[in-house]
Amino acid sequence: MTDETQTHDGDGETRRDFIFIAAGVTAAAGGVFTLWPFIDQMNPAADTLAQSTTEVPLDSLDEGMGITVMFRSRPHFVRRRTAAEVTEATDVDVARLPDNDARNVNIEDGAPATDENRSAVTATVADGVEVDPAYARSILVTGANCTHLGCVPTGGEGDYDAWFCPCHGSHYDTAGRIRRGPAPENLPIPPMTFSSPTTLVLG
Amino acid sequence: MSGPSTYEPKTGIERWLDSRLPIVRLGWDSFVDFPTPKNLNYWYTFGGILTVCLMVQILTGIVLAMHYVPHVDYAFASIERIDRDVNFGWLLRNIHAVGASMFFLAVYLHIFRGLYYGSYKAPREVLWILGVVIYLLMMAAAFLGYVLPWGQMSFWGATVITELFGAIPLVGGPITEWLWGGFAVGNTTLNRFFSLHYLIPFLIAGVVGLHIWALHVPGNNNPTGISVKSSNDTLPFHPYYTVKDGFAIAVFLLIFAFFVFFWPDALGHADNYIEADPLVTPAHIVPEWYLLPFYAILRAVPDKLGGVILMFGAIAVLFVLPWLDTSKVRSMRYRPMAKWFFVIFLLACLGLGWAGAELPDKMVPGLEAIGVDFLLFGRVLTIYYFAYFLVILPVLGFVEKPTERPASIDASVTGGKSAAPAAAPAE
Repeated sequence: MTDETQTHDGDGETRRDFIFIAAGVTAAAGGVFTLWPFIDQMNPAADTLAQSTTEVPLDSLDEGMGITVMFRSRPHFVRRRTAAEVTEATDVDVARLPDNDARNVNIEDGAPATDENRSAVTATVADGVEVDPAYARSILVTGANCTHLGCVPTGGEGDYDAWFCPCHGSHYDTAGRIRRGPAPENLPIPPMTFSSPTTLVLG
Repeated sequence: MSGPSTYEPKTGIERWLDSRLPIVRLGWDSFVDFPTPKNLNYWYTFGGILTVCLMVQILTGIVLAMHYVPHVDYAFASIERIDRDVNFGWLLRNIHAVGASMFFLAVYLHIFRGLYYGSYKAPREVLWILGVVIYLLMMAAAFLGYVLPWGQMSFWGATVITELFGAIPLVGGPITEWLWGGFAVGNTTLNRFFSLHYLIPFLIAGVVGLHIWALHVPGNNNPTGISVKSSNDTLPFHPYYTVKDGFAIAVFLLIFAFFVFFWPDALGHADNYIEADPLVTPAHIVPEWYLLPFYAILRAVPDKLGGVILMFGAIAVLFVLPWLDTSKVRSMRYRPMAKWFFVIFLLACLGLGWAGAELPDKMVPGLEAIGVDFLLFGRVLTIYYFAYFLVILPVLGFVEKPTERPASIDASVTGGKSAAPAAAPAE
């Protein structure tokens, strides 16, 4: 038996090495391809990805009023801020914010977190619609889940007169920017379009 | 499972089976004639109690699954239906819900027993690690199960815990969406949590099998921490420990039954009887009592990623504990310094649980004068938690002088009076 194998020494071992490596690679690749459907099935399904838009009528909002709407299965704050609140948010030195990124998908990535960059002034305006810039500036739409661990902050509370997250104590200001607490980011601004002077479409 | 087998098949059928599948032999050698140190106290009965807990959860869980509906529109109502309309549904659900708390109560006593008597040390490192694996699986099962009633605590607990993974740099976002199967906790999430909640107990049962196997190779540790030296040190598992475990199980089940029948909601939160609402977070969300210490550690760090790392680190450190404790002496009965650090550690864990249950900016009762709120309280205790494993136990092995230990397990029980028979042939 030993002699037999030794006669085929040179090419025999090379062939065997090749078969061994080829079988191993095939098994490993096959394993990965088998595993992937089992992993990927947990990702958002096609119907979940087909996200709808949410229309928010703003005309019922008086100054200082806010509502919470659902958009892409998440709550969002829609608030018509008072002039004092806008001023308060504008007067902040953005360089000293914990997160100086506007977190606004309507403008370019990494824009500074000024109040203007956070407000609905940044929304797209549909053709033929005229929006009063001062009015748009007073509107603030943000995701309503704290960027720490996803709780919904309560309005009109906290050290910055806007939102306070009861779960772990994050304070947000009147532009929805994180000011103090464990949350790492400003509340995100969803994609917005004015479809009429007082109607905002999210998505 | 170790050592020569003492099983002798007595009937023809037993002999026939034994030569084909020696399952009776396995049971005999593991649970009847298994040599067990004769000085085990009641802290050693929690292994048996935990086995009972696991069986209770699996049995009640299987029947509850026959009535539960894992859909966001029906889940909450189906639980109420189980409580009100299903025959004995109220009993089965209370047993399952209280059972989770009793399971953790028993596992904590079991773990602290192991910490005090040095049961994690050589040659039982693998046994200990398997135990930590079971504990991790238990926490996963408990968390997933708590989401199923789809109350406010279910929903917001699920949101907070899954968002923890969002703290991971770069892949955090995709991972949380992968866990949710969407862009927030929703129906897809509830479905998969139900599936996994049903799976995990069977994984636990498998690891429990390995845990018992790893126990039966070196044999039980014991309160002296001294290894078994002769058959004089041991007693057969049956009837001595079947009876002792049986008595402990009976007492444990009495406490269990008290909660089931008289105080079933004592260990839960009233908020979970409000149906899940993605628009409103309860004013004060906290996990179930058995996860509070980890919640306090999470909150102790002002940074999101740091808090998550520290919380998982609190469990990860248990995996390497066998190599962190440098002392040659197993049992803290003979470790005059370690003993007191252990007591402080136990109190620190209880304190962390307390800190986890309270709002961070609330003052600690009795410590208002020096301005200690629960956040600071939790931070100090978190430091001690890690210091115990990473500083105290490694250093103590070098600086501590152990007290005198008895010559053998037998000597510790009899004061050496039966030393003469020990020298004689064991049988």
